[in-house]
Amino acid sequence: MSETKTKETTYKPTSPNSKLDFASLWEYSAAPESSANLEIKVKYELFIGGKFVKPSKDRYFKSVNPSSNEEVSQFAEATQKDIDKAVKAARKAFKGEWSDLNPSSRGKYIYRIARMLQERAREFAIAESIDGGKPIRESRDVDIPLAAAYFFYYAGWADKLEYAFPGKKPEPLGVCGQIIPWNFPLLMLAWKIAPALACGNTVVLKPAETTSLTAMMFAELVKDAGLPDGVVNIVTGAGQTGAEIVNHKDIDKIAFTGSTNVGKIIQKSLAGTDKKYTLELGGKGALILFEDAPIDQAVEGIINAIYFNQGHVCCAGSRLLVQENIADKVIMKLKDRLETLIVGDPLDKNTDIGAINSKEQFDRVNSYLELGVEEGAEIYQSKCSVPENGYFIRPTLFTNVSQSNRVVQEEIFGPVLTVQSFRTADEAIEKANNTPFGLAGGVWTDKGSKIFKVGSALRSGVVWANTYNKFDPTSPFGGYKESGVGREGGLHGLSAYLNLK
Amino acid sequence: MSDRIEVQKTYKTYVGGSFPRSESGHYYKVFDSEGDFLANACRCTRKDFRDAVLAARAAFKGWSSRTSYNKGQILYRIGEMMENRRDQFVKELGQIGFTKEEANADINASIDRLIYYAGWTDKYQQVFGSVNPVASAHFNFSILEPTGVVSVLAPENSPLLGLVSVIAPVIAGGNTCIVHASEQYPLPSISFAEVLNSSDVPGGVVNILTGIRSELVEHFSSHMDVNSILYTDKMDRETKVKIDELSSNNIKRVVKKIITDWYEADSASPYFIVDFQETKTTWHPVGF
Repeated sequence: MSETKTKETTYKPTSPNSKLDFASLWEYSAAPESSANLEIKVKYELFIGGKFVKPSKDRYFKSVNPSSNEEVSQFAEATQKDIDKAVKAARKAFKGEWSDLNPSSRGKYIYRIARMLQERAREFAIAESIDGGKPIRESRDVDIPLAAAYFFYYAGWADKLEYAFPGKKPEPLGVCGQIIPWNFPLLMLAWKIAPALACGNTVVLKPAETTSLTAMMFAELVKDAGLPDGVVNIVTGAGQTGAEIVNHKDIDKIAFTGSTNVGKIIQKSLAGTDKKYTLELGGKGALILFEDAPIDQAVEGIINAIYFNQGHVCCAGSRLLVQENIADKVIMKLKDRLETLIVGDPLDKNTDIGAINSKEQFDRVNSYLELGVEEGAEIYQSKCSVPENGYFIRPTLFTNVSQSNRVVQEEIFGPVLTVQSFRTADEAIEKANNTPFGLAGGVWTDKGSKIFKVGSALRSGVVWANTYNKFDPTSPFGGYKESGVGREGGLHGLSAYLNLK
Repeated sequence: MSDRIEVQKTYKTYVGGSFPRSESGHYYKVFDSEGDFLANACRCTRKDFRDAVLAARAAFKGWSSRTSYNKGQILYRIGEMMENRRDQFVKELGQIGFTKEEANADINASIDRLIYYAGWTDKYQQVFGSVNPVASAHFNFSILEPTGVVSVLAPENSPLLGLVSVIAPVIAGGNTCIVHASEQYPLPSISFAEVLNSSDVPGGVVNILTGIRSELVEHFSSHMDVNSILYTDKMDRETKVKIDELSSNNIKRVVKKIITDWYEADSASPYFIVDFQETKTTWHPVGF
């Protein structure tokens, strides 16, 4: 650390020991992605039985752009009557046209969705950034292409299911109720709808109330793709609408992605029923950084692990565990790198960290920032400027925290990283596993045998070794412990949508 | 010789490799098929269950990191030890109404079931794991790992074969468990614990409690350090709701497999092992 301080005076941008400093050398011109070709309707109806229909109570709620607080559009609020209608439409499609279809034709419809998503990708990306606040680079390069890839992957399974589970005869479940979060709106929709349809089910899906736009655009796409009526139904609304889905008697399966608290409520509401369910819930991923790791690479990985998508990632690496002898150096490099991150307009291609998804989430993250300080942690935030309007939070580090601190134990779901140190691998594993969660974890080391040893000791569904936050349709994803039940993605993701007889 | 007074066995519980009586000192009477008194079984309480969870959790790390080959050999060993104690099981099953033929068939099927699962320990991973062809420069694979500590409500009406059939797949996959034995017929389960105790199964891997199910079901479902719960008997709605609701407190995996005939082909399968497995996916970059 002292070395760097002395170098500050003899600053050379290319020197490996110099501080990273982009902002004082040049300024970034704005590079906004044009939204001129995106037509956002003033109001969106419910998508039920292949038609756009008004909600029975004629109530609408508005969605705002979190980077400007301006209204994006209005969405219909689905109530019990609407959910019932959607389930009936899904049931009818399940009993009729969709089940009569041969599996390869079913697959072709799903392929069609994948292709049309690719064709309309840019428009979806822009909509995602406007409605949800995520940087356009992410929605353009990660969310939308991956969503299309999930449909393409699962389309191919439709006529191959009998090869997936040896000794079993797979059968669809029926009508699936699916409730998705606001952090990856279209991608989570794809994770849910693609395998459900491939397995021969029909769906009633509810997007999160702050991010309904791309789901309704997807409904238009489904209509254009010519899917039989009622196979995909999309109903908008908030928690109450979700509860109507969970409690509907004619739904065979519930798939939910969201917080652990809501997941517990859902599991409880399903008590005594024979509905199947999969839950993909919260996390508090540990990043274990060993002294022998390539530090600069690891720092990049950590930045991606926690600040990707404003930290609104259930599998975010939100706890850094760094080996004691390199802790100072790593913290210094992290702070240094933090200063280069650009917080701002989600539609600007330079932006690294966009807007916090909603006022509610903004307040929640801020309350954790206060809490961390109250708990005695040292807070560090980058000094970048943030736009005046909208909900923005600078990338944040908490050092001097202990395992029992709430900022270490609880999911913050924002751009906030806690930093702890460790001496031995056993200590790191102990700390990593010491939360109720078990979704994902990271290991950074140059030693292969250490990766396998630590990786197998981590009680989490995903282990990223020398990388982080990578997703792929072929790769099963899901949690241990209180991070959820079941897997999404890959062959393993199929069993959530099948009866294996 | 016929005048000799028989030395009767005190039936205990099996926790952490030892045979304690219930900490509560409570008992309930067990009768034979004629209604005559057989034994005083332990009427376990919440405290006994908590002790058993501690033992199961303590044993988990060691048991789950045993090699598959070793786990297979230990399951096989349980089968060997059962052969040795055939007479004891014939007697105990006879007391509760099994004919000699039925008892022998039950014991045979139980031993065969252990051998069946012994063979799966080093095979299910290859059948159900995967290497995933991700579209980026990463090597990515998924393996199965045990869920953790499992509460098992053993079948009420199949005190030996049913018991073995629910324990074997749980431990074959590296989990540890706390088993509530059949309430009405708890004695064979304690004799089975004696088999386990002489079969190289580490203490704490299988813990067997006896008692009144309606008193224990709440504790089996609610404990925050239990990861999963299994039952195979049809439950009344109230109990079903209770198990599910309490399980939601820590997202327990509730495995309901209603099985009435334990000779049925479906009652033993590698999918029974997979029910108590978590899929872990590991990524690593590929490059120079």
